Order: sequence, then structure tokens, then C-alpha cells
Amino acid sequence: MSVLVYTESENGKFKKNAAEVASYAYEVAQQMNTTATAIAINTGDSESIGDYGISKVLNVTDEKLKTFNAQAYAHVLKQAAEKEGAKVIILSSSTDAKYLAPMVTALLKGGYVPNVVAAPDSISPFKVKRTVFSNKGFAHSKLKSEIKVIGVSNNSFGNKENKTTANVAAFSPSLDGNIFGTTSVEIDKVAGKATIADADIVVSGGRGLKGPENWGMIEELAEVLGAATACSKPVSDLGWRPHGEHVGQTGKPVATNLYIAIGISGAIQHLAGVSASKVKVVINSDPEAPFFKAADYGVVGDAFEVVPKLIEKLKEFKSQST
Amino acid sequence: MKILVCISNVPDTTSKINFTEGNTKFDSNGVQFVINPNDEFGLTRAMWFKEKQGATVHVATVGGPATEPTIRKALAIGADEAIRVNADPLDGYFVAEQLAAIVKDGGYDLVIAGRESIDYNGGMVPGILATLLGMNFVNSCISLEIEGENATAVREIDGGKEKLTTTLPLVIGGQKGLVSESDLKIPNMRGIMMARQKKLNVVEPVDAHSTTEDVAFDKPAPKGSIKMVDADNLDELISLLHNEAKVI
Ligand SMILES: Cc1cc2nc3c(=O)[nH]c(=O)nc-3n(C[C@H](O)[C@H](O)[C@H](O)COP(=O)(O)OP(=O)(O)OC[C@H]3O[C@@H](n4cnc5c(N)ncnc54)[C@H](O)[C@@H]3O)c2cc1C
Ligand SMILES: Nc1ncnc2c1ncn2[C@@H]1O[C@H](COP(=O)(O)O)[C@@H](O)[C@H]1O
Repeated sequence: MSVLVYTESENGKFKKNAAEVASYAYEVAQQMNTTATAIAINTGDSESIGDYGISKVLNVTDEKLKTFNAQAYAHVLKQAAEKEGAKVIILSSSTDAKYLAPMVTALLKGGYVPNVVAAPDSISPFKVKRTVFSNKGFAHSKLKSEIKVIGVSNNSFGNKENKTTANVAAFSPSLDGNIFGTTSVEIDKVAGKATIADADIVVSGGRGLKGPENWGMIEELAEVLGAATACSKPVSDLGWRPHGEHVGQTGKPVATNLYIAIGISGAIQHLAGVSASKVKVVINSDPEAPFFKAADYGVVGDAFEVVPKLIEKLKEFKSQST
Repeated sequence: MKILVCISNVPDTTSKINFTEGNTKFDSNGVQFVINPNDEFGLTRAMWFKEKQGATVHVATVGGPATEPTIRKALAIGADEAIRVNADPLDGYFVAEQLAAIVKDGGYDLVIAGRESIDYNGGMVPGILATLLGMNFVNSCISLEIEGENATAVREIDGGKEKLTTTLPLVIGGQKGLVSESDLKIPNMRGIMMARQKKLNVVEPVDAHSTTEDVAFDKPAPKGSIKMVDADNLDELISLLHNEAKVI
């Protein structure tokens, strides 16, 4: 009857979001008077997730699952849930988790609520708060099915330490039958670079930057801050930056601690997608830019003057603080 | 190849969102409804398959009569036929069950849905649908090529992309990238006239249930006021971010 949480890993190590979903699962387990079990696939340091209240890990080691495969992973999660008798299954909001969760839901004939931003409102009935209309509102959603699948929004619940000894048990799910569905032929990803999904800080540029040749300072600012880079929609439409960097209602959602918008006007579709970020800084030459109404800190000025200065000052700050 | 494009009818991206009936319902008063942007990319890709590979393209939506202008728009863009399942889309599971019945009846090889609807941001209909039908599934799909029974797709991943191969029958959750922005079609007069002659079949829902229910809504707390920092005093910005906001 435990709560099951899928803790993602990459290259044998837990991903950053594993701590948050584990913390969430522990909270739900507490409320339900039960324990939290993690399912980890090809993860070397499984017991470390005990730091976040997880008392048991189902540890899957299988060469066939080396590369993420949504359908096969969904079958693994289904079998893990059945083995544990879990009625509540927790996942993150990563691209992979959002690929997987609906399939797990259908395999278990359950209900799924994504984009959950807080611990459950109540357990009986099971009710959670989630964002809807691209952050323009919240819904309190009741799960009526026996099996409940919850997708936790990135950076919404936080990591809560609860030192527990995690009992690691090997788990060998059946991978028989035609459960792979797709074959990965090529992954194109810069290793070690912060991504919009998991960075604490995102530095984003808009059309105000005039052209792709001016992105050097955006990248430098991002580097100084250990941030990921992003852009507004027209910037990716114009081919100045790759589509994967487009954020907003029709692009990637951003929910970081700090979002720095440079030369971005703050159109409603842009704001919808980035408003879940905790602190927003705007640098724009036009004091009337709508983004100033939606931000925490603002600088009116020419990006080509402000950004290089900011980089210098941040470098000084960083060298003093270390 | 027979393609079904699933169309979700959503408020225009510029809509202000309000709730009504004691914050238990979305207030559609004065709201303009459109084809979900992710579905528009999918529909446009489907038109490419129609033009270049002779595919037949049907569109389907689960919704009441009020969704018909949106489906007509899909017909005006070039879909051959439309199906409307006459039911309120109760939740993603319910919608997927309705669409599964349509796909089974129609014998579609490829189902193009969107990664998510921009209203409730469920992101679940295509994945549930594929699983109910036992079809292959690629989500966050930004490129799709079909040759015979074989498909090559690219999906977005956090921080990059992944190329996949798979086979029909296939469901995708599509998004921007599937076609380029400039390929999106605005229906022209001829398209609109022709859409009037095309079949819009209204079918009654199959027996299915919802597994979730939104019991109340609320809006984000109003934003506190902004602190402005002089462009010549960036030390202050750094100090605020460090000491006050504690984010650097
Ligand atoms: C269906 C639909 C979906 C959309 N989805 C999205 C989405 O997901 N994400 C998104 O971003 N947009 C989206 N948009 C587009 C959105 O409406 C805006 O057009 C877009 O966000 C504007 O991008 P921008 O702010 O970079 O450019 P602009 O609006 O051109 O703004 C540029 C800004 O830069 C400032 N500037 C100019 N020069 C300088 C300088 N030297 N220094 C500092 N500032 C300067 C200007 O004052 C201005 O505020 C969508 C639109 C539609 C219709
Ligand atoms: N009521 C509906 N009718 C038809 N298709 C839908 C409906 N709702 C969602 N879809 C499809 O499923 C995709 C994802 O929607 P959702 O799971 O609601 O975020 C949409 O982009 C559509 O392609």
C-alpha cells in the first residue's frame, strides 16, 4: 500500500528532480500513514534517495533499459506499482515523465493529474492543486479512480530532507512481449549544460537583441550564473536560436528560481509560460514594456550597455563570495 | 495512409481567464475559441502527408455543438472529413476513450494529436489513447516522416532532441517544430466555401467514465510591485538578488 515514486536518473545517477519528487512522495505517504517506495532504473547510488524520506527502493538494473523508452518504462512502473500494491504514483514534470505518465495511467486504468504545485489538499477524497490555462489559473482536482498518478511541477514543492535508511531491493520486471514500441537512434544533447527544465536560473533573450550574433553576451551571462539560456518565440521562429529554447505558452514552461528577461516585451503568451518562476528580472529599453508589470526587479536600459556591465559586476561578486 | 488529427477547442492565447459559478467553472463569456496551437502544427503536417503522399485526413473533436466553428476551420484548412463526438470532454481519460472508439472504427494508421491542450494543460490524451489502442507513441514530436509502415520521428527532450524509429499504427503528441511557423495555413475563401460541403459527422459518445474532476478554481495572487534599479547602479541589483531574493 506504499506510495510509489519514479526517481529519474541519467548516466547512473539520480537527476536533480529526483529529490523533489521523493520529498513529495514522502509527504503524501505521511498523510496516508504509509511509506514511500522509489522505483529507480539503472541507478548506481539508489540508497542516497533515503535522504528525502524514501524507505525502500526497487532497483532495476537491465541493459535493455539503458536508454529511456517510454513504453517499456511504463510497463516497468506498472509492474512496480502492482508489486507494491501502490495506489498513488508520483512522477516529475520532466519531458520524459510527461511522456510516461499517461501510459502508466492507461495501463493501470487510473486517473492522472499533472502540473501539481502543492501537497494534496486532502487525502480522502484525494484532491490536489495544479496549474491550468498555462499558469493563468489553478484547479483543485479530485482523483476518483483507485489508482492515482500525480505529476509534480518542477521546483514547486522543493526538496525536503528526511534522513531515512533506504532498503534497496533488486527488482526484475518482465520485459517480454512487444513493449518497446520505438527505437532510439540518436540523442542530440550537450552534456553537462544546464537545461531549461532543471536549471535554477534561466537567462532569456528576445527580439530586442536584434540578431543571433548578439547572443554571446547572453551565453556569457548564463555561464557566470550557471544558468540555462532561453528565448522568446519570434527569436526561435527567426532561426536566431534553436526551437528547444523557445519558452512560453506554446514553448517550454519555465519554473526556475530566477528568470532574467532581456529585450523581451512581455506578451501575454510569453508571460503565461514563465510566470511560475519565483523571481523575475527584466532588462528593457522601453519603460512601458508590459513585462515590467509582471516582474520583481527591473532595469530600464539598453541591453547592449547593461548586460556587459552586469556580467563584469557578477564576476566580481562571484570572485568575492567564493 | 489514413490519418486522424485530434483537435481540441481552446481559448485563444490572448484570453483573460476567469472563473464563474462560485469559482467552479471556467467562464467562457467573451472568450474566442481556436484550434489548439499544438494541433494546428499537427494538422498542417497532416496536410503535407495528404499533398505529398496521398493521405486521407480526418479530424475529430470531443465536444458540444459550440465546437463546430473550430472543426469547420480545420476543414477549411483542408481536412477531408470531420467527426464530432457529441459530449462534454469530462477529462483526458474520457476523451481518450471516445477517440479510441473513433480510431478503431475508422481504421486509422496515424493519429496526430498535440503534446498538450493549452486550456487544462493535461498532456495526456495522446498517451492514454495510444495505450488503450496498443499503438506506438511518440510524444513532444517535432519532426515526423513516414515511409510505408515505417516512421522516423524526432522528439524534444530536456536540453536537446532524440531521433526515434517506429512503425505504424502510430499516435503522436505533436508541437511546434513539426512544421515551420510559416507553413501554418490561414483558411482562404475557397477553403471556407469547400468546408461547407464537407462531411461533419456527429456521433454519440461511447460508454466511458472520467477519473478526475476539477472541483474548484482560483487565480494567482496579484503580483506585488516591481523594484526598479538604475542602469548605472547594477551593484544594487546584485545585492537585491543576493540578500533580498536570495537567488544568487
Ligand atoms: C498563438 C500564439 C502563441 C504564442 N506563443 C508564444 C510563446 O510561447 N512564447 C513567446 O515568447 N511568445 C509567444 N507568442 C508571441 C508573442 O505574442 C510576442 O509576439 C512575443 O513574445 C514577442 O517577443 P519579444 O518580446 O522577443 O519581441 P518584441 O515584442 O519585438 O519585443 C522586443 C522588446 O525588446 C525591447 N528592446 C528593443 N531594443 C532593446 C535594447 N537595445 N535593449 C533592451 N531592450 C530592447 C523592446 O522595448 C521590446 O519590449 C505567441 C503568439 C501567438 C499568436
Ligand atoms: N476534446 C478533445 N477532442 C479531441 N481531441 C482532444 C480533445 N482534448 C484533447 N485532445 C487531443 O489531445 C491533445 C492533448 O490534449 P490534453 O491531454 O487535453 O492536454 C490535444 O492537443 C488534442 O490533439
